[in-house]
Amino acid sequence: MAGIVGYGAYIPRNRIKVEEIAKVWGADAPSYKKGLMLEEKSVPSPDQDTITMSVEASKNALRRAGIDPREIGAVYVGSESHPYAVKPSGTVLAEALNATPEVHTADLEFACKAGTEGMFIALSLVQAAAVKYGLAVGADTSQGAPGDALEYSAAAGAAAFIFGRDKLVAETLHTYSYTTDTPDFWRREYQYYPQHGGRFTGDPAYFSHILGAARGIMAKAGMKPADFQYVIFHQPNGKFPLRAGEILGFSRNQIDPGWLVPKLGNTYSGSSPLGLTSTLDIAKPGDMILLVSYGSGAGSDGFIFRVTERIDEVRNLAPLTRDMLDRNKNYIDYGVYAKYRRKIRKAE
Amino acid sequence: MRDVAVIGIGMTKWGELWKKSLRTIFVESALLALDDAGVDKIDSMVVGCMSSGLFVGQEHLASLLSDYLGKNPVPAARVESACSSGGLALRQGFIEVASGMSDVVLVGGVEKMTDVTGCEATFALGTAADQEYEGFHGLTFPGLYAMMAVAHMHKYGTTREQLALVAVKNHDNGSKNPLAQYPFKVTVEGVLQSVLVADPLRILDCSPITDGAAAVVLCPADMAKKMKKPVIRITGCGQATDTIALSSRKDLAWIESTHIAGQKALAMSGRKIGDIDLFEVHDCFTIAEIMITEALGIVEKGRGGKAVEEGLTSLKGKFPVNPSGGLKAKGHPVGATGVAQAVEVVKQLRGEAAERQIKGAKRGLTQNMGGTGGSSVVHVFEAE
Repeated sequence: MAGIVGYGAYIPRNRIKVEEIAKVWGADAPSYKKGLMLEEKSVPSPDQDTITMSVEASKNALRRAGIDPREIGAVYVGSESHPYAVKPSGTVLAEALNATPEVHTADLEFACKAGTEGMFIALSLVQAAAVKYGLAVGADTSQGAPGDALEYSAAAGAAAFIFGRDKLVAETLHTYSYTTDTPDFWRREYQYYPQHGGRFTGDPAYFSHILGAARGIMAKAGMKPADFQYVIFHQPNGKFPLRAGEILGFSRNQIDPGWLVPKLGNTYSGSSPLGLTSTLDIAKPGDMILLVSYGSGAGSDGFIFRVTERIDEVRNLAPLTRDMLDRNKNYIDYGVYAKYRRKIRKAE
Repeated sequence: MRDVAVIGIGMTKWGELWKKSLRTIFVESALLALDDAGVDKIDSMVVGCMSSGLFVGQEHLASLLSDYLGKNPVPAARVESACSSGGLALRQGFIEVASGMSDVVLVGGVEKMTDVTGCEATFALGTAADQEYEGFHGLTFPGLYAMMAVAHMHKYGTTREQLALVAVKNHDNGSKNPLAQYPFKVTVEGVLQSVLVADPLRILDCSPITDGAAAVVLCPADMAKKMKKPVIRITGCGQATDTIALSSRKDLAWIESTHIAGQKALAMSGRKIGDIDLFEVHDCFTIAEIMITEALGIVEKGRGGKAVEEGLTSLKGKFPVNPSGGLKAKGHPVGATGVAQAVEVVKQLRGEAAERQIKGAKRGLTQNMGGTGGSSVVHVFEAE
């Protein structure tokens, strides 16, 4: 049996409120708060990027895994905001963790599901016994164009998972992938901000794939919503995952522990993986967890985990996700935000 | 002129039809209309479509659609008059049959609006305004109708709540129409709290962006009788134009083209407005319906808001307006709207409108409008 040996999260401490963004654009903050169920989002500091956040999250995962980093045979970083177009993020991460040089590394991109893609591959290599441990990270410092609806949600964060066959905190019982060519969100080379298909991103994109993958993996496992203690869906806004849960018959009690988006925003490749770290933080041995990611373009990955006894030993070896979300926050205004996100630059 | 009858109607579910193309939604509705009429051979085809060029990059539409309907080499024409393209297509079909030029004419309307972004759709729709005097200055249709609303409120004391009541009524009706894009009810409070688009208009005052098509089959009334079909005759047909630019109008709170087109259609049919049992009108914005009920003479000038408040235009009122749910709830695929209005009236006059049926309806009127009233087309329909 293969599964998660250690997990870790990282969320930057800067926050900007929906009202602050809406004020600048003359937009109606209450309608964003009500319509998208968003309150505030995380913002990376100027010296933070997908690589630094991956390192932070991975170190937290290593603390819980308690393994020698040189036993990690594969490192995958999933992101749509890799700092370099050409030059891997994974090599920096592997080096920073002291996992080099005997390690296979790749950067992955699949909009918001690059994180679970890495998890899928790392898990598969572990299951095939090709590597002893495999590390997968979902991390993003995602950007929304100024004034676009995405600006209210595009946030920063990272989640890391080390997969292995021993010392498991959660066994992976089933995986499932559901993919079609559905272009609902994209960014071409040399474009700074992504474009999206507006309402097309809803029913034919997010819901079709999330529901397809959730139903598919439950059918494969012979399970129903009531068989799970917790469920995590990709969280582009507050409303979508709740609606998906409602359609499938999950309760708020099952969804809420991993539902971070109202206070976190959409961390893209880190979104559903952070929902999982947050859920593992409170899970008990034996709990069943369903995770369904979503990436525009489009596809969903599904995972079914069963939490083991070891969770109680490792939980407090690294910061809890909710603590990073709720404590030590630093609220910034739009001017500072614009500078941090390089929307404005100091004259040379 | 020969008497003209509608012998077939066809319309499929409207909405954001991501998985269907323009030609598909047109052919689906056209085939339903031909099946309903029980005819296969048509002499001619007229299609109303406002802006397939900007919405899907396709012109030369009439030939394309006759091809995909399997009707080549039938003569086919595409008619454009902004949001009244469908109504104008119906008028052209009517004239063609009435004149004796053709016997069986298929009239369709279609618009595929969701293949572009919201901004592109707003631009495409904006081409129905005067580009030099309105568009280039940043005006879009919500803005233009907002100014008309403010003028009407200022002149006649029409209230914000009265505007909301139009949306409430039409969504009430639309909730009984399975083909409607938004078949759900809304409340006055819900409308007043919805997102502000152009003060005083909120999102629930506006008709949506819709993919959809509708079709009717026309033929001489004598032929219809021989075919033993329920004969719904088109007894009145009126059209009028006005300045496209709102700034050139004498009165911002009055739609003159609708008034004239209505008068012409009623005169042709020999009916008075009080003889009409139901109305399908162009409520692209809530204020539009209020102003149209005045322009058609259903109520006196300035009384449109009050009339909604008093329930005069509700399904069970004396003059039911938009039993289908109107553009507001049924949706507004601009080129299809005028034809869909005819589909609803024929359904009502045949007694086939199920939950929203107006009992004993014998005469119905459609009013379809382009832009802020730069064009209006009115038809009167009568059951035998």
